[in-house]
Amino acid sequence: MFVKAKRLSALTLSPVLTLMAMLNAGAAKASSVNMPPGVTTVGQTIYGLHMTILWICVIVGLVVFGVMFYSIYHHRKSRGVTASTFHESTKVEIAWTLVPFLILIVVAVPATTTLLDVYDFEDAELDVLITGYQWKWKYEYLDEEGENVQFFSNLRTPQSEIYNTESKGEHYLLEVDEPLVIPVDTKVRFLVTANDVIHAWWVPELAVKKDAIPGFINETWTKANEVGVYRGQCAELCGKDHGFMPIVVNVVSKDEYAEWIGSKQAEAAEIKKLMAQNFSLDELMERGKGVYDRSCAACHGANGEGGLGNAIAKSPIATGPLDGHLEVGINGVPGTAMQAFGGQLNDVDMAAVITYQRNAFGNNMGDLVQPIDVFNHKKG
Amino acid sequence: MGAHHHGPAKGLSRWLFATNHKDIGTMYLWFSFSMFILGGSFAMVIRAELFQPGMQLVDPLFFNQMTTLHGLIMVFGAIMPSFVGLANWMIPMMIGAPDMALPRMNNWSFWILPPTFLLLASTLFMEGGGPAFGWTFYAPLSTTYAAPSVTFFIFGIHMAGLSSIMGSINIIATVMNMRAPGMTYMKMPMFVWTWLITAFLLVAVMPVLAGAVTMMLMDIHFGTSFFSAAGGGDPVLFQHIFWFFGHPEVYIIILPAFGVVSQIIPAFSRKPLFGYDSMVYATASIALLSFLVWAHHMYTVGMPVAGELFFMYATMLIAVPTGVKVFNWVTTMWRGSMTFETPMLFAIGFLILFTIGGFTGLMLSIAPADFQYHDSYFVVAHFHYVMVAGALFSMTAAVYYWLPKWCGRMYNETMGKTHFWISFISFNVAFFPQHFVGLAGMPRRIPDYALQFADFNMMSSIGAFVYGLSQLLWGYNVISTIVAGKPISDEKVWEGAEGLEWTVATPAPFHTFETPPQVK
Repeated sequence: MFVKAKRLSALTLSPVLTLMAMLNAGAAKASSVNMPPGVTTVGQTIYGLHMTILWICVIVGLVVFGVMFYSIYHHRKSRGVTASTFHESTKVEIAWTLVPFLILIVVAVPATTTLLDVYDFEDAELDVLITGYQWKWKYEYLDEEGENVQFFSNLRTPQSEIYNTESKGEHYLLEVDEPLVIPVDTKVRFLVTANDVIHAWWVPELAVKKDAIPGFINETWTKANEVGVYRGQCAELCGKDHGFMPIVVNVVSKDEYAEWIGSKQAEAAEIKKLMAQNFSLDELMERGKGVYDRSCAACHGANGEGGLGNAIAKSPIATGPLDGHLEVGINGVPGTAMQAFGGQLNDVDMAAVITYQRNAFGNNMGDLVQPIDVFNHKKG
Repeated sequence: MGAHHHGPAKGLSRWLFATNHKDIGTMYLWFSFSMFILGGSFAMVIRAELFQPGMQLVDPLFFNQMTTLHGLIMVFGAIMPSFVGLANWMIPMMIGAPDMALPRMNNWSFWILPPTFLLLASTLFMEGGGPAFGWTFYAPLSTTYAAPSVTFFIFGIHMAGLSSIMGSINIIATVMNMRAPGMTYMKMPMFVWTWLITAFLLVAVMPVLAGAVTMMLMDIHFGTSFFSAAGGGDPVLFQHIFWFFGHPEVYIIILPAFGVVSQIIPAFSRKPLFGYDSMVYATASIALLSFLVWAHHMYTVGMPVAGELFFMYATMLIAVPTGVKVFNWVTTMWRGSMTFETPMLFAIGFLILFTIGGFTGLMLSIAPADFQYHDSYFVVAHFHYVMVAGALFSMTAAVYYWLPKWCGRMYNETMGKTHFWISFISFNVAFFPQHFVGLAGMPRRIPDYALQFADFNMMSSIGAFVYGLSQLLWGYNVISTIVAGKPISDEKVWEGAEGLEWTVATPAPFHTFETPPQVK
């Protein structure tokens, strides 16, 4: 009988031991079975809290299930036992009300200090405004150094990988065309908001998850202490392509960051210059296709065939008067999912994509839109 | 008195005009089973799409409609009506009453449901598709950005709420007024107690849900801005209102399940329930606390830190009465004389898996840790442990436990046990890995996922398919019992079962307790 009981306990314990081994292995680096401790002090504290409460649950569970399985094994009718009749004990009841209460207090103390830490937004060295859009993120650098630096970050995984016509890359669904770049060892404050519906900005290894709520600005912060690329996703259901708006954060050295922000500044100045230029049809079509694939294809189809949004091919708008087409592109259609892209695309990109839509997918309007036309339309 | 017995009416009118609590209970149970199959088939679509990375079967918008309708139908169409059906059948028989207090309202509260869910399911075929904003329907995704079918969804929620409120009023009226002489409140069976408390919760929070959907209706059609910041409203207000309903709602689902398990474990341990009084107090405290913890679903919306702390402490506190219940059940088994027929197996399955769901619930209550858990598959795993292995396992146990009394025939025990073991194993294969992918960073409600989540998702899908299929075995066992099960006639079907329902004839006659029994 002793051997039997031993085998029984080995059997019940073995999955637990396997789990323990898996979890401990996971603690070292990003794991596929456990929360990543991440690269921030707060994240590591949260990880510690998570493991503490997990172990408390495992131990309580082992005791409760241990008693239960002992009882199931020994107190069964087939072993010829007769049932006792006891059915209350105030002492025991008080004990198992108080003991869990005390355990909870032990957990509540570190939980409270961690929470206060997370809510300490003071002394941030860099502010970044994050705006959630259906289905992409926009990053704007708010301090002087990063003035004028703002960009959208779109999913880079091609449709062909998603629809299984090509094999999937290493960072399938977790790659973007332009990642957020922040310096290492710097307290970065994120101001989080949204343009349409609620999104949530989540990067597990930075231990940040904050809802992006249209019309309100939430605060959160991180201070990464290791250079690297960290990936996350939108965590709040935000419509059709909720699963396709990843987040990539490049944490770089302070020098690299200064260099990068400088190049972004120069890029912004370049765009300003481009806005005064005239382009040929070919130039606009080439630029327009890129913009279309990033910003329009999700709703209007890769070949303008439509989907969540109307078809572009042969559409009355894309084959109608230019002014009406510009109006829809720049100001959107209120009350529908068609957003106002005037604030999302610069005038060069807007001119390019409108030109592209009017001359692709069998639409042969032959007309050209120049950045100045977009600028004039915006002015009214 | 008593010599003249009415039998049931003949044909369709027996069901259309039913006022008998047993007939209405039966209809509720079959209705919820059919919704369970429908909602389950939506889950199969979800798991099939998630079987491998990449989009294979459905488009992302349809996937969102599946997750939404799966949740709505399982919560409002399957679990809730199934326990109302059980209450209809069992509460009068457990308290020695001849029927429910308000039989005609009972009829109405049932017959609202089939058209409601027909309407809800029909939105799938409407232009723009059905609701695709999750069962929690957060504004503005469910208002400004929703398909036109959202108006039908709002109407459906109103109707389902109306049905629930009427059902609860009926239960409250029955329990308060129709108990047999001598049955004081503290002598009521635990199932009756848990349902009484549940009914009060329902009456308190269903109108709040009705308020939320009415505000949505106004925002969509009448130009108000309750949930739009552009007009001076607040999208987060929606979440506060929704979860003020939503958190008590999860206890509405689980409390009757506690009641069922509190009947079954003593019966098969052949020993009275340990700590009856503390069970009643624990149930009442869980119900009261459920009104004070709603914002733990919203730790990441940006509440002030004082709010976070309050909701964290209040939520952690729920572990205490819940723990008391689990300890009481285990102590009931202690030094009993146990046998393990199918109802007991499901009750023990409930006890183990619900406790695991309770542990993850405790983990989720820790606000800073929840910043990592929130809206991940960890949460999906957590609530399936309490909703499926909690509420549904308990419901399954109840059906096996009382079915012989209902139809006077014994189900096939081997098939029942097979059903249990397949369910228990496949449930864990389906949902345990979801803890891992959630912790590792997989958000919920996504139709496609990164490659590192592939293995566990495939495992999860296989478990879900097996679990889904094995429920057909349950349906088959129940139907073949009703049609051709071995007839039995003992009043007391189970050796250790206690309670008034086991004093009436087997099968339970159309009318029971026309003369109230005397309870000592």
